Amino acid sequence: MALQSLDIRARSATTTPLSSVRRGVEVAKLIDISKCIGCKACQSACMEWNDLRDAVGENTGSYDNPQNLTESSWTVMRFFETEPQGRLEWLIRKDGCMHCADPGCLKACPAPGAIVQYANGIVDFHQENCIGCGYCVAGCPFDIPRIAKKDSKAYKCTLCSDRVAVGLEPACIKTCPTGALVFGSKEDMIEHGNGRIADLKERGFQNAGLYDPAGVGGTHVMYVLQHADQPGLYALPNDPKISPLVSLWKGISKPIALAALGLAALGAFFHYIRVGPNEITDEDKESHDTTRPDRAQ
Amino acid sequence: MTQPGLIERNSRADRTNHWLVAITFILLALSGLALFHPALFFLTDLFGGGPWTRILHPFIGAVMFASFAALSLRFWRHNVVNRDDRRWLAQWRDVMNNREDRLPEVGRYNGGQKVLFWVMVACLVLLLLTGIVIWRPYFSPAFPITLVRAALLLHAVSAFVLVLGIIVHVYAAIWVKGTMRAMTRGTVTADWARKHHPGWYRHVTGQRQ
Repeated sequence: MALQSLDIRARSATTTPLSSVRRGVEVAKLIDISKCIGCKACQSACMEWNDLRDAVGENTGSYDNPQNLTESSWTVMRFFETEPQGRLEWLIRKDGCMHCADPGCLKACPAPGAIVQYANGIVDFHQENCIGCGYCVAGCPFDIPRIAKKDSKAYKCTLCSDRVAVGLEPACIKTCPTGALVFGSKEDMIEHGNGRIADLKERGFQNAGLYDPAGVGGTHVMYVLQHADQPGLYALPNDPKISPLVSLWKGISKPIALAALGLAALGAFFHYIRVGPNEITDEDKESHDTTRPDRAQ
Repeated sequence: MTQPGLIERNSRADRTNHWLVAITFILLALSGLALFHPALFFLTDLFGGGPWTRILHPFIGAVMFASFAALSLRFWRHNVVNRDDRRWLAQWRDVMNNREDRLPEVGRYNGGQKVLFWVMVACLVLLLLTGIVIWRPYFSPAFPITLVRAALLLHAVSAFVLVLGIIVHVYAAIWVKGTMRAMTRGTVTADWARKHHPGWYRHVTGQRQ
């Protein structure tokens, strides 16, 4: 048995149930966008703890730096200038893996054990089992996994599974100076979020709400949004779920296709047993053609 | 030289081309199935592990497509479906029960072989196009994610149809005795040709009825 806090609940390319006797506490990170000042301390803490150094980027006229998630940048701040209620708002969202309860990456992955979901809800990539096919990229409804050019392995936020396993909070939480990032049990985080939402509503954000999308079974990274009715303002999908194309491909089609191929081979075998081979009989041979002494076989 | 009593069915070049397609097909089916269903992931060991399977599969696929393209350019003219073929297909029960005497006259290929040929052409084209869209790390990142998802599904579906078609193809060669040598030795017996492909037999022997 491994470290109990790292009990694995789901594992890629595995069709039988995994250890499910113990029911641990599910954790969650809550990102309160209304409290975020875009200082990027979380980005730095992530680089520091996970020992990652992305290439120095270029200024393209926005605060977004780096421009996008990469294999070495597992979280990035995205800045949006919008006027949702007729006045300018500067919305800043910390982007990264949502740690879905029903992870599309894990569903799509063909390599056993390359993607796991711990009992606490964290979805983690194990690069030593990754084959670099990129199916996780197709499976993810949030465009999170990145395949490294260097080693063709998939990378993303681990929710600091190594820290959480020994009772610490993720590095980004530890460093956030405004309390925009909080971490705890999912239950507590929902309660905390609801308090924040009530406060925002009092301040005139009638549509404030929690982003914990049900389409992916809920997530272990949740947002408090000032405008929960318009997740698009933050470049979040309205109703994220695993694409039906991926569900079909990695769902029912797998057992059906395998069974059909097996049945086809079995059907051929029994055709041979019941009907028999189609052979040349003596009747088929041209009786008048006996002049040929050399008929092969 | 063809021995007396034997008729050449597939030239040396045809046979080489066919078996190049067959060998690459087997490698592709094994490596593809390994990534398709977890129960078959162990097949990646045949290719040196998961990453090697992922690396090799598309390159072998490109070889298969190229050699199949050459093969289909050789064979397509013989595979145009005509009215007799449609009747032959409609009488599939007679086919399955070895009642060949009731079937319309068959030329170089029968209706089943012709349909299978065109199914394979369609599958190979689909596999190539979708294969390029999902080929990492080279091409896949250039395509929009919805297209990649659709290509992944379509790649699996067309591979499934192709494998099913090949099961039929291989079984037919086992079932109809004397067929295999057409692709291993290149020749068939005159009796075989007269029984299974009388139209072709008349054509190659120059006989008129």
